[in-house]
Amino acid sequence: MGTTPPVAINSGDTAWVLVSSALVLLMTAPGLALFYGGMVRRKNILSVLMQCFMCLAIVSVLWVVYGYSIAFGKGSGITEPYIGGLQWFMLKGVDAFSPNTDYAATIPHQAYMIFQMMFAVITPALVIGSFAERVKFSAWVWFTVLWLTFVYCPVAHMVWASDGLAGHQWGALDFAGGTVVHMNAGIAGLATALFLGKRVGTDKQGMHNVPYVMIGASLLWFGWFGFNAGSAVAANGLATSAFVVTNTATAAAAISWAVCEWIFTGKPTMVGAASGAVAGLVAITPASGFVNVGGSLWIGFLVSVICYGMVAFVKPKLGYDDTLDAFGVHFCGGLWGALATGLFAVKAINSNGSGVFDGNPGQFMIQVKACALTAVFSFVVTWIICFAIDKTIGMRAAAEDEVIGLDLSQHHERAYTILD
Amino acid sequence: MKLVIAIIQPYKLEDVKQELYAANVNLITVSEVLGHGRQVGVDEFYRGVKETGNLLRKVQVEIAVNEDFVEPTIKAIIKGARTGKIGDGKIFVLDLPRCIRIRTGEEGSKAIG
Repeated sequence: MGTTPPVAINSGDTAWVLVSSALVLLMTAPGLALFYGGMVRRKNILSVLMQCFMCLAIVSVLWVVYGYSIAFGKGSGITEPYIGGLQWFMLKGVDAFSPNTDYAATIPHQAYMIFQMMFAVITPALVIGSFAERVKFSAWVWFTVLWLTFVYCPVAHMVWASDGLAGHQWGALDFAGGTVVHMNAGIAGLATALFLGKRVGTDKQGMHNVPYVMIGASLLWFGWFGFNAGSAVAANGLATSAFVVTNTATAAAAISWAVCEWIFTGKPTMVGAASGAVAGLVAITPASGFVNVGGSLWIGFLVSVICYGMVAFVKPKLGYDDTLDAFGVHFCGGLWGALATGLFAVKAINSNGSGVFDGNPGQFMIQVKACALTAVFSFVVTWIICFAIDKTIGMRAAAEDEVIGLDLSQHHERAYTILD
Repeated sequence: MKLVIAIIQPYKLEDVKQELYAANVNLITVSEVLGHGRQVGVDEFYRGVKETGNLLRKVQVEIAVNEDFVEPTIKAIIKGARTGKIGDGKIFVLDLPRCIRIRTGEEGSKAIG
C-alpha cells in the first residue's frame, strides 16, 4: 500500500471507471426498480423496490468477501476455466493503488473490482422481473445469495476471466455483458417462471404506474453509458464509440417497438417505447465495443421486432408467466446482441474482434457456442437452486399472501393509501 | 327494481364481470373501497411501530336490475367471486324505488335496461 500511486495509473481512465461504476449502480436503484415497479400491481410495488434495493446491498457485501475472487481470480486444476479461486478473499491483494494488468492496466485494481461489482448487482436484480409478485422475501434472499455464487460468478469467470472457458479459450466476444448479464438473467428468469407457475388472479402485467416505467427506462438508458462505454475501462476512443453506438441502437429500438405496436395493435404506447429502449440497450451491450454506427442501427431496429414477437405472440401461446418479461426482453435481446456481435463486429473499431461481415465467418459459431453454454448452464443451475429452496423453506408466497399483496404480507408496509 | 351491491376481492372483479356478461347483465358500476369484515385487516409496521386492524382494499360493484334479473345477478356474482375463504365479500340487495335515464327522461324498468 504505497501512498504515491505508480506511474502506470491514468487519472482520466480511473475517473471514468469510477463514474461509470456509479452510473451502473443507478441502473439498479432506482432505474430497474422503477421500471419493474411501475409494471407490477400496486399491492406489490414495494416488494419489487425492496428486492432491487436489497440486491444492491447483499451483492455489494458478497462481492468484496468472495464474489470478485471466484469470478475474476485465477482458477486452478480442472475447474480453472469455470471458476476462480479464493486468493482474493476479502479483497486480499486487490490493491487500491496499483493496477491488475490482466484486466485493466491503467486503473487501480479496486476500481475494476467495484465496476464489476455493479454488474454483479444488476444481474440477479434483472431476474426479479420473471418471478415478481409471487416469491417469499426470505426465499428471494436465499435465491440471490445462491444464484450469485453458483450462476453469476461461474458465468462471469467463463466469459470474462483471464483464464475463462468461453472468452479466453474459445474467443467469444462479449464487450459489456450480453451473455454474462442479460442472457444469463433472462434464461434464469424463465427457469424461475416455469418452476413457480402462474400468479394467482392474473397472468397479465398489472401495470399500475406507467410514469414510473418511463422514469425507470430513462434512468436505465442514462446509466447504461457507464455499463457499455465504461466497459472500455479507459477514457478513450473505444469508450466514445461504445457510447455512440449504445445511444444509437437504443433510439432505433425504441422507434421500432413503437412501430410494431402501431402495426399490430393500432396505437404506439409509452410502455412499448420504454420496453423497446431497454431491449435496444440489452442488444447493443455485447456488441458495443465492436460495431460501428451502421451495425448498431441494425441491432437496434431488429431487436425490438424479435422481442415484441416474443412478448406479444410467443409468450401468450406458450403460457408461461414471465411477469415483467425478463426472459422475453433480456434473454432474447441478449441472444440477438451476442449473435449480432459475431455478424457486425469490425476490426476498425476494436482489433480484438471481427465478425462475419468483416470477413471472419468463424466468429458467429463461437458466439453460438458461448450463448448455448450460458443458456444451458444458467437454466440448469437456476432450476436446482429453486428446487433446493422450495424443498427447504418454500419458494412461493402463500396464496392468501399473494392475494393481499407482497407489500403487506412480506414487508408489513404499503406504498399508497386511499384514505390518509 | 332492486339495487344489488356486492363487495368482492379486487382480483375477482374480472371473473365476476365475465359471469355477469354470461348472465346477460351488462350494466355495472365499479368503485374501489376500503374495509374489512371478519378478516380484520393485516398488521402494518411503520418504522418499527405496529399498527393493527388496517383496512383492506376491496372492490364494490353496484348493479340496478329488474326483478327477473335479481337471482341471476346474485348467482353470477357468487360464481365469479367465491373462493371459499374468509374475505370473499358480501352481497346486499336493496329496494330501488325510482330510476331515471338522463338522456330521455324515461323512468322505471325501461330506464334500467
